[in-house]
Amino acid sequence: MDKRKSIISIQHVSKRFGGSVTAVDDAHLEIEEGEFFALLGPSGCGKTTLLRMLAGFELPSEGQIMIDGQPMEGVEPDKRPVNMVFQSYAVFPHMSVERNVGYGLRVTGVGADETKRRVAEALALVKMEKFADRMPNQLSGGQRQRVALARALVKRPKVLLLDEPLSALDAKLREAMQLELVRLQQSVGITFVIVTHDQDEALSMANRIAVMEAGKVRQIAPPAELYEFPNSRFVADFIGKMNLFEGRVSGASGNQIVVDAKGLGRIAVPFSGSAQGDVGIAVRPEKIRLDRSEPGNDRIRLRGRVTEVAYYGDESAVFLEDSGGISVNVNVPNEARSTTPAFAIGDELWLSWNPADTLVLTA
Amino acid sequence: MTAVATTAPPRPAAAARRKLRPAPLEYGRRTWLRAVMVVSFIFLYAPIVTLIAFSFNNSKRNVTWEGFTLDYYVKALNNTALHDTLINSMIVAFWSTLASTIIGSLLGVALQRFRFPLKGPYEGLIHLPIVIPEVCMAAAMLVFFAKFVGIPFGLFTITASHIAFSFPFVAVVVRSRMAGFDESLEEASRDLGANPWQTFFNVTLPYMMPGVVAGALLAFTLSLDDFLITFFVSGPSSTTFPVKIYSMVRQSVTPEVNAASTMLILVTLTVTAIGMWFQSRSGKKSVGHG
Repeated sequence: MDKRKSIISIQHVSKRFGGSVTAVDDAHLEIEEGEFFALLGPSGCGKTTLLRMLAGFELPSEGQIMIDGQPMEGVEPDKRPVNMVFQSYAVFPHMSVERNVGYGLRVTGVGADETKRRVAEALALVKMEKFADRMPNQLSGGQRQRVALARALVKRPKVLLLDEPLSALDAKLREAMQLELVRLQQSVGITFVIVTHDQDEALSMANRIAVMEAGKVRQIAPPAELYEFPNSRFVADFIGKMNLFEGRVSGASGNQIVVDAKGLGRIAVPFSGSAQGDVGIAVRPEKIRLDRSEPGNDRIRLRGRVTEVAYYGDESAVFLEDSGGISVNVNVPNEARSTTPAFAIGDELWLSWNPADTLVLTA
Repeated sequence: MTAVATTAPPRPAAAARRKLRPAPLEYGRRTWLRAVMVVSFIFLYAPIVTLIAFSFNNSKRNVTWEGFTLDYYVKALNNTALHDTLINSMIVAFWSTLASTIIGSLLGVALQRFRFPLKGPYEGLIHLPIVIPEVCMAAAMLVFFAKFVGIPFGLFTITASHIAFSFPFVAVVVRSRMAGFDESLEEASRDLGANPWQTFFNVTLPYMMPGVVAGALLAFTLSLDDFLITFFVSGPSSTTFPVKIYSMVRQSVTPEVNAASTMLILVTLTVTAIGMWFQSRSGKKSVGHG
């Protein structure tokens, strides 16, 4: 990725509530101009607090936030070059759609003609022109969200902050809005910072994702890198599904390390860093192949018995257990049209994967 | 119901009985329910209807119906003593409503929004005037003004007392209105560039308004018809309308009293109707002026 201008700089920011609760712990990251950036983590990980500090609703206990090169210390929410889409949308119930969208312009003294023109533009952007005269209680949840988006975008912020914007929508609408938010972000070119607990949402929309846990930023990476190269057990487990084997490093040779892993025996896997002691050996469910005959010994192998098969239509999740009681989850795409499952409970199978698909987790 | 239908066809008698059972909203078909509603209505309104009817009675003693007349309205309207007391009542009600609405609204918002040490006991004490027997409040006011502060009894003491017992009602009404308030609305307003004052007047106040209006109406009617406390703290030249009516009744119950009371009911109803109209309007249409 080419190095672009940093629009938000979060410098060693911590937030403590009431002295004892640490919501954000030494967050340090840069968000680049024009990025679609996601803060991802389980509830209570501090992602919303971090977003609220960007908007100015919470003040950092330590550290500094710079937006577009300006330190934000002592800058009130109404003076910051960012706008927010709230989780509850916070559409003013006593104002029509048009007045809602124009609110931010009216209170800052933008002229009536310009307000009218910019409101019309913003409503067109979110395809809500026909609803300008409606009151919020006459709108659906999805429409209210569009109003909230238009109301924030009409201010032409440097950064748009979105707090769990899709969590109140039903599954189909959420998927449609994901695509639309990406389209919108590309057409307006504004930096979007979205907070979400939904990994699919983050993976499908964002250019870069920061995974947070217990107030700490665990990893910042583009979606594919986050999925394929998680840097810790937490990230590996939080993003997608992961099979984890406990192991111990017994040696290294070149860019490979040798690990004694429970259930796998002594294996050699590619690893460029340095590792010693206990490590986690991880592999994604879709990287594992199931065979009835013994696979080649260039692959990492183990034998297991099928304990459960969950059918999802496009794929099936097969759960196996080896003789030592270690359970492994394998995803098998349902490529051919058939109603008889390829594997049944009780089948004894070979599991194998390419050593290159193996992750060594040291944290 | 569906279980019965699937296991065996219902017998005609059972089917007929089930058909007769009214749906929950068909209250008109329950005789006893209708009776309760009619009786309650009569219980509530018979005295008021009688009062109004006998205000047109052409009889000085006002015991039996003697014929229709508007004379007593003319008499009541020309009764300058009654005028003065009505003006007193209005002055007191106006200032008391204004002050208790402002104090009560601010208190309601504060109680809804902020947490502070000893909030529980403080809230309990704020609500106490609502449940304290009125005669105790009256005696307390009397002692307070006479012995403690030494203010001569008059419109000021009446107004002050009315404010004291009205504003908790306003606070309760406003507080319950604000309980449903989404505070992210205020954050959204600040986020969009409005300062705290703009936010209050454009976002918070319009939301509060139905509660404020309802509270003000409550305060107004409480003040207008208060007898007991007013009676204790009024001076010789500060008689209010209800106190005057009471003294008139003590002499003789003429239709003039009825006529005066009827007019007071009319005033109260008009104010309430205006308030309700305003409330329904503020609920539907924008009242925020950018």
